[in-house]
Amino acid sequence: MNVPLPVFVMVPLMAAFVLPLFGVKGKSAATALANAVTIALLVLAVLAAVHLADVRTADNPNPREVYEVGRHAIPLGINMVLDGLSCLLLLTISVVAAAAMTFSIRYMEQYTAKSKYLSLFLLMVAGMNGVVLSGDIFNLFVFLEIASIASYALVGFGCEHEELEACFKYMVLGTIASAFILFGIGLVYGNTGSLNMAYIARSIRSSGVNPGLAFALALFVAGFGLKAALVPFHAWLPDAHPSAPAPISAMLSGVLIKSLGVYALARVVFNVFGVWPAIAWVLIALGVASMVIGVFLAVGQWDFKRLLAYHSISQMGYVVLGIGLGALILARGGSTAWASLAILAGLFHLVNHAVFKSLLFLASGSVEMATGTRQLKKMGGLALKMPLTRTTATIASAAIAGVPPFNGFWSKLVLVIAAAQAHFYGLAAVTVLVSLVTLISFLKVQRYVFLGELPDHLKQTRDNGGSMFAASAFLAALCVLMGLLLLIPALRANVLDPAVAALTAGIDYAALAKDI
Amino acid sequence: MKGMTVIVKTVAGWAKMLVFLFGVYIILFGHLTPGGGFAGGVILAASYVLLLLAFGRRFVEEDLPLALDSKLDCLGALAFALIAVWPLIWGGGFFVNFLLKHLPESALNLVSAGTIPLSNIAIGLKVGASLFLVIFLLSVFSDDHGTKTRATGRIADPKE
Repeated sequence: MNVPLPVFVMVPLMAAFVLPLFGVKGKSAATALANAVTIALLVLAVLAAVHLADVRTADNPNPREVYEVGRHAIPLGINMVLDGLSCLLLLTISVVAAAAMTFSIRYMEQYTAKSKYLSLFLLMVAGMNGVVLSGDIFNLFVFLEIASIASYALVGFGCEHEELEACFKYMVLGTIASAFILFGIGLVYGNTGSLNMAYIARSIRSSGVNPGLAFALALFVAGFGLKAALVPFHAWLPDAHPSAPAPISAMLSGVLIKSLGVYALARVVFNVFGVWPAIAWVLIALGVASMVIGVFLAVGQWDFKRLLAYHSISQMGYVVLGIGLGALILARGGSTAWASLAILAGLFHLVNHAVFKSLLFLASGSVEMATGTRQLKKMGGLALKMPLTRTTATIASAAIAGVPPFNGFWSKLVLVIAAAQAHFYGLAAVTVLVSLVTLISFLKVQRYVFLGELPDHLKQTRDNGGSMFAASAFLAALCVLMGLLLLIPALRANVLDPAVAALTAGIDYAALAKDI
Repeated sequence: MKGMTVIVKTVAGWAKMLVFLFGVYIILFGHLTPGGGFAGGVILAASYVLLLLAFGRRFVEEDLPLALDSKLDCLGALAFALIAVWPLIWGGGFFVNFLLKHLPESALNLVSAGTIPLSNIAIGLKVGASLFLVIFLLSVFSDDHGTKTRATGRIADPKE
């Protein structure tokens, strides 16, 4: 079935404006509506993926669906584009949003103003869906701001001193990032005369990158890098992600930094500007720095959610490293097959990280709700008291540390193979080393949260079942099964390969532009 | 804020109506003259800000309760979204100006341009309500008379 693309933005957006009208009395109705919306979005995303797989043939490995808003042809109108990469991100956002929303049914009972929370949550989803579907760089910015502003409010949702401080820090740095991106867009518009990404790509293909455009690209790398929390720009993340309610931490670490940061960066670098060695090296440097510095900062943490937040930085390093390696191989005119493999590793790790990191944040929320603390040193022995949470948390820990057969193992394996094939043996070794340190850090979590002695004040702890367990079990099942996306050729050809093809096609994205 | 002198109150009461009407005019003629939903919405909010300055917060809160303002805000956004989605449901396409074909040759009339005046009204409602809400909530936090503020429910410290 051909799903009209604006539906992915309009359904959550309209629901977000209906929800506050429910008020305090209609809380359960509002919760039901919000859950129905996220599940409907998941179904629609699967339908869109199936449709894209139908369109895809051997001659056309990179199918694109274009929707012209208001029936105005581009470049006069605005268009939305669904290609393999957008579709992969759309599926990821929908899966994590559905799980986090299910988790919220019970978890958010601790907070007041639940309908406002649901409304902001859906606004954030609408913004992220808009970012990954937009074919117009200014609209991408508008949706990016919608998602960011909703996330600022959600980070400070608890209204405690610490949360407001984290929210303010996040807001200041996020606004700086947005300002960089807006300046970049202004420079691009001034130099190419268009805001449609396909037309910008065509203009750059015909006249090359002048100093103004190169500066715009630098602004984009800084702006989207800040949104993605890559290492020199990561300072806000370890404060912001732990302060939010757990389902929002899962959304922020799971999909927000990816759709607003990595997706937008990859789209701009590969499809709009085209890759060349210098920018590929910048991506590799950002990736390696995030990977190494993130994981060493994470090992020393004693706050459960803060530890997870530092691991997000580290795991984003893997994603950017994979994409950067692919860009370097492409820019040097090397084998497209190895470039595709490196990009596949990056994108597959992006999806895997979305699943296991959101599961870890949900588990941390479950532990925090049961024990009232996030400090590892104040917990212990919860394996007996919280067997369900323990099981899902262990699966996610194994997945993030790269233990076979969980999903994290497969993407890290492909990344190591790709790095070795590109003759970056040092990078391959660093990748394995970082994975080892990740394992150590999650053994620490197991030791201090679930094993060891049960302190007296936690004797009455009870596990969280119901909707909280359902959401965790769904994500845990995905952690176990997602290796199949790589191992079964039919699944890989229809889910991962089109996403890789969308990036390796590079500046051929300009083919979307029509002559006026 | 307790409001100003009786002279200011009387003048502001009259001026408020004129400002409000001007906002409505800007919104309704948005597709013909400069202005439109956003500009008109800002003027609508300004009329209530005038009232807020002259009469104080309590008076305005009775005139336009926060809950109602918040609902108007949501309804404006929802109405705009419905105008966009309506043609999508009935097979035309997202944001297609579906009323245009029903109108006779009527360029430059008040009733013309299809859905654009309706969109302007929706945006005017949204912008007016939300902008006023923002200014009102900012005024709540500037309260320094030790009264109980409604937004946070805490007692403000007079020394602050």
